[in-house]
Amino acid sequence: MRLELKQITKKFGDFTANDKIDLVAEAGQIHCLLGENGAGKSTLMNVLYGLYQADGGEILLDGQVQNFSGPGDAMAAGIGMVHQHFMLVPVFTVAENVILGHEPTKALGFLDIQAARERVREISSRFGFDIDPDAIVGDLSVGVQQRVEIIKALLGDAKVLIFDEPTAVLTPQETDELMGIMRQLRDEGKSIVFITHKLREVREVADKITVIRLGKVVGEASPTDSSEHLASMMVGREVDLSVHKNPANLGEASFKVNNLTAFNSAGSKVLDDVSFEIQKGEIFVIAGVQGNGQTELAEAILGIQERVTGSITLEGKELLGKSVKKVLDSGVGFVPEDRTEDGLVADFTIAENLMLDRSDRPPFARGVQLQLKKLHQFAEEKLKQFDIRAQSIFSKAKQLSGGNQQKVVLARELSRDLKVLVASQPTRGLDVGSIEFVHEQIVAARDGGIPVLIVATELDEATQLGDRVAVMYKGKIVGIVSPDTPREELGKLMAGVTK
Amino acid sequence: MNQQKLIREIFSGNAVIPIFAVLASFIFGGILIAFANEEVQEASGYFFARPMDTITAVLNSVFGAYDALFRGSIFNYQAATPQAMIKPITETLAFATPITLAGLGLAVGFRSGLFNIGGQGQIIFGAMFAGYVGLSFEAPFLIHMPMAVLAGLIGGALWGGLVGLLKATTGANEVVVTIMFNYIALLLLTYLLKTPVFQAPNQVNPISSPVAESSRLPGILGDGFRLHFGLIIMLAMVFVVWWLLYRSSIGFQFRALGFNPNAARTAGVNIPLTYVLVMAVSGALAGLAGASQVLGADKQLTVGISATFGIDAITVALLGRNNPFGVLAAGILFGGLRSGAVLMQANQGVPVDIVLVVQSTIVLFIAAPPLVRALFRLPKPKAVQA
Repeated sequence: MRLELKQITKKFGDFTANDKIDLVAEAGQIHCLLGENGAGKSTLMNVLYGLYQADGGEILLDGQVQNFSGPGDAMAAGIGMVHQHFMLVPVFTVAENVILGHEPTKALGFLDIQAARERVREISSRFGFDIDPDAIVGDLSVGVQQRVEIIKALLGDAKVLIFDEPTAVLTPQETDELMGIMRQLRDEGKSIVFITHKLREVREVADKITVIRLGKVVGEASPTDSSEHLASMMVGREVDLSVHKNPANLGEASFKVNNLTAFNSAGSKVLDDVSFEIQKGEIFVIAGVQGNGQTELAEAILGIQERVTGSITLEGKELLGKSVKKVLDSGVGFVPEDRTEDGLVADFTIAENLMLDRSDRPPFARGVQLQLKKLHQFAEEKLKQFDIRAQSIFSKAKQLSGGNQQKVVLARELSRDLKVLVASQPTRGLDVGSIEFVHEQIVAARDGGIPVLIVATELDEATQLGDRVAVMYKGKIVGIVSPDTPREELGKLMAGVTK
Repeated sequence: MNQQKLIREIFSGNAVIPIFAVLASFIFGGILIAFANEEVQEASGYFFARPMDTITAVLNSVFGAYDALFRGSIFNYQAATPQAMIKPITETLAFATPITLAGLGLAVGFRSGLFNIGGQGQIIFGAMFAGYVGLSFEAPFLIHMPMAVLAGLIGGALWGGLVGLLKATTGANEVVVTIMFNYIALLLLTYLLKTPVFQAPNQVNPISSPVAESSRLPGILGDGFRLHFGLIIMLAMVFVVWWLLYRSSIGFQFRALGFNPNAARTAGVNIPLTYVLVMAVSGALAGLAGASQVLGADKQLTVGISATFGIDAITVALLGRNNPFGVLAAGILFGGLRSGAVLMQANQGVPVDIVLVVQSTIVLFIAAPPLVRALFRLPKPKAVQA
């Protein structure tokens, strides 16, 4: 089915989210919609899916003008959507989820769950999904849940499939598998619209690329174009994707982890005898597929991981067993993996978030009396220094984009007197411009002469940023290698293959 | 988790919602008053013959009732003496004192993400501690009175803090625990009022002797009025709570905990300790309400010492959107409803219960912002950009 969007315009008040956007997706093609966070990609797709009504322009399917007043209309016309945030009921089974909204019934209105099971089995075997129709969705991994979403879209007989930032939540392997699924769907003659801001994925899978920026189409691109070219189209200026850093100026090894072992509440080993040392002026990257103990390692350092044995020392002083406050006070800068959940208080202002871990001491407090003037002065300074784009220091954290939120976290952590910086997936979900900035800050911290520990799930980030790369697999460090180790070799380590 | 989400939702709405909620409740109350009025019922029997009769009767009943409410709670322009004229507003403030104090306490809890329903129990503990100090000895006023007040504060803080401790150590849900603690406190008071600890000599009723003269909160306007020094304590606490929440590092951590416990933990806030602190502060304020009742209003311990102040305080905290000044305004409104209801019944035959209905519908409307928005055509809160 050929999908055509003509001059689509969508406004929210004075803000134009989509400005006369044209887009054509042909059957049997993967069409990438590339743009930074906030460029208007998701708005456009919500217009297409009937969730928003366009203020101008029209939607054509095979040349027929469509008029969607809701997702039901869009689905009936053959459009399926795999949402960024899954629209699944966690306590329902797979079969129950996929029929939700158009439940097949037998006589007297009884649910025909058996038919649903059959359809799930049929589709999942066609794509090699291996999904049990009776599994409870909440128990499935994120990657598998996404496949349930895909099955759901296919069950509705979708001919145009929209994937909205589908890889944001996936591990590299799951991402590769998803690419395979998309190709297979394309070969079956579906039109695929793939929304993303990740260049590698675009170049790997796209047949055609449309780049949008600030709600406008800036042009078409070819998957053979260089990453730099795509990035600069997307951001609107020259972008340098490589991390610039001088050779490391190494000092003594001041951060040491020895024989760290931890168990989770279910009693299984999540950290298995982990040992490493980081020198001053060095970036040490922990690479690996998410869920192999990286989170637990970071939490153990911060002091919130329970059931840990071993030792973590900073300049000879033991950190393990200390409270979070003492750990932070001894000079640990901590950038959590999930910034909205652990790094920020969404309802606090930027200024308040900037003193989150120092609210009880000078300069922000005298006794227990907060020194708001000093805080505001400090916040103004950091707003400039870290280029945090916000209306003012009194904007709430939840009003900021992901990139700006991360800048607030970094500004807070880097303005303490640090002896080590620990950052978990510091660029997760950020746009190209922000990634560049975050990397610069991390390199600057390293050049300031402190040891830096980064947890990275993207291999590119690990090798570009790191001075040394450790690969974690099932709670163990399976190898510590130089960042110029070939990709295949690192990939093997990440899969747990050692010589 | 859902409970916290609900609390957050209730508080994140439009700031004018509480005002409209009150307005809507009064309109609803007016409809009930009209329906219950005998003249209206009679006149409606021949509505089509003489519709004006019904309309007049409706207007008379509603305006009569709300006029009585006004005269009973703010200013009685029909009274004979100037003293009697201003008496209603002093009554309102006297009722507002314990309600606001307890409301401030609960607001501190709500702001910190702890749904403290234990106002009743904490008021009772404050009253028992303050009463014990007031009953057991005589001392110079300048020592005895502050001591008794402080004892009330400590009593409430201990009873509240214990809930925090249980939550911190065992993960017990504070809603369930505080509700249970309300019963324990009331039954303990009832028991102690039948033992020599509190019961007045030669008494068969569960009632204590009057507290020592030297421990009492002095009256403010003289003998003709019930207004006492507790009002000053209450007003001072409004500022103390504002300072605590918005100008101190302790309150900053309280609020961080309330908005996002995970981020608070990652930033080094000692969560268990903060639970205990929040509940202690929350209980201390309710304890002050108890002290104010036993030392200023009733001047003796009875089983009814806490009345329903601890329950009203929940609504007052919600209505005041957990802002100390909002709580003060809501506390005065509730004090006014309480003091005005009496005259409304005496004068217009409107049952006191109508005030309860108004209070309850306020809760309903606050808990359902979309309903209020629809009723008054308020704009939807702006969606936050991701």
